[in-house]
Amino acid sequence: MSELRLDARDRAAQRGELGEASRHAMEIVVAYGEMVGATRLIDVTSAHIDACLHHGLAGVEFAEFLRDRGGRVSVPSTLNVSSLDLLHPELYRGDDTVRAEARRMMDAYVEMGCTPTWTCAPYHLPVRPGLGEHVAWAESNAIVFANSVLGARTERYGDFFDIAAAIVGRVPDAGLHRAENRYADNVVDVTELFAADRSEVLYPAVGLLIGKLMDGISAIVGLPDDTTEDHLKALGAAGATTGTMAMFHAVGLTPEAPDRVAALGGSTKLPELHFTRQMAIEALRGLTTRSEAPLVGVSIGTPHFSISEMRRTVQILGDRAIDARIDFYVSTGRETYATARSEGLVQRLEEAGVDIVVDTCTYVTPILRKLNGAVMTNSAKWAYYAPGNLGVDVVFGSLEDCIESAVAGRAVHGESGWIS
Amino acid sequence: MIDIPASVLFEGDAAGEVLVLDEPLSFWGGVDRESGVIIDVHHPQQGQVVTGKVVVMAIGRGSSSSSSVFAELIRLSIAPAAVVLTEFDHILVLGAIVGNLLYKRRCPFVRIDPADAARLATGQRATIDAAGLHATGLD
Repeated sequence: MSELRLDARDRAAQRGELGEASRHAMEIVVAYGEMVGATRLIDVTSAHIDACLHHGLAGVEFAEFLRDRGGRVSVPSTLNVSSLDLLHPELYRGDDTVRAEARRMMDAYVEMGCTPTWTCAPYHLPVRPGLGEHVAWAESNAIVFANSVLGARTERYGDFFDIAAAIVGRVPDAGLHRAENRYADNVVDVTELFAADRSEVLYPAVGLLIGKLMDGISAIVGLPDDTTEDHLKALGAAGATTGTMAMFHAVGLTPEAPDRVAALGGSTKLPELHFTRQMAIEALRGLTTRSEAPLVGVSIGTPHFSISEMRRTVQILGDRAIDARIDFYVSTGRETYATARSEGLVQRLEEAGVDIVVDTCTYVTPILRKLNGAVMTNSAKWAYYAPGNLGVDVVFGSLEDCIESAVAGRAVHGESGWIS
Repeated sequence: MIDIPASVLFEGDAAGEVLVLDEPLSFWGGVDRESGVIIDVHHPQQGQVVTGKVVVMAIGRGSSSSSSVFAELIRLSIAPAAVVLTEFDHILVLGAIVGNLLYKRRCPFVRIDPADAARLATGQRATIDAAGLHATGLD
């Protein structure tokens, strides 16, 4: 195996000439590089850090360890969701020890120079990486979006590596950073699936199925021309939940797949699978744990809602109020929240009885007031993780059906009735 | 005695009882970080304890937060004694690297051939050192 060659600056970091934190960060980046057999490190233009969510004291102590040794990010670095909503602290219902530890951790990352974005959807921020740009992003749904929809290049980075890469501004030249590893490994044909029905829940269905059935990078053929970024975000988030999806090509839609030939990189003999309506129905039905449970809540905005999803929510809701029996949560990033406030969307939602959650998400921290029934969501990721994390039952439905259910005070299956 | 060649992902010596996981496991959401018990209700080894074991598995699964959970297990001294993978998985290894950095407790990671992994069974005694993996018992 050829060895990892470091340049003069990398070696200086390794020797501790750039400080203790850089030395430890370089140690981690080099250990990773050696594991994957990289021969060199390359620069990244940004990092997105997932390690800021509280999973016990070790993560807190690691952040403080680096900060106390002069840790400072060398590239623009955004932060993923934390365990707390700093704008609405009263929403947190967990214990005070965890609250204090989570806060210490958030402070440490900000003190190292990270931007307090607290969002799992950094691609909704005003500045985002472009085609071919190397970045070090963690958080599974953001990784898929960066690679697939933006054409930026990142590996599936996880906790700890993310801040290490942000401090040294370097990653191993391996995996999805290399052009030859970004072509499709298989083809998924969804033409038939979208011919009969254009329901938006088909997008997470395609993601769930790819995550479950396919390995590597899928080239998806047959998605409609009017597919939006919000649709692709739902598809990717679902795929990264049931599998290890890090990238997909939507042929004719995403930047590295203007056509099938480009997506496949010249390969002609790749495994090909057609997704049928029956497969989509089964995948989506599998998300609902108990359809007859009384509805006690609705939670949307996983991943964090975009401004267009905020506008659509208000548009569907109109001037109606949420039923008094239902707690309705919408999660979004604080940037989007500010825009939504300037457009009057926040005020309308609050007046209708909606809790808007920022900086965190309702399935990673204790926020939901009622757990004694079913919670409806339009997020495949939320539906998959919430039963284990929170112990609630889940009903899956489209955004429209989530809102209609919240108004009616019971689960309504109209637009997405075919999966109920 | 079975001797199995191993490539080292994170070096160290360890010994313990073998626990074979029949499916990939996400440590985040899948292992209780206060007790080391497997709590993933969909996992065949639900209810088993990873603490002190030589855990044999194909690969981790799912969340990148598994690094944090693994480091937390090391902090609380309830981590596995070692982890034996058949596929490359950097997420868990990073948890072991950071756990060692902070708490000076080493949980070695090695990778072995899937055919060799099939020769390992839960309940065997295994040691890991620079020469590879050695298992005894249940022969």
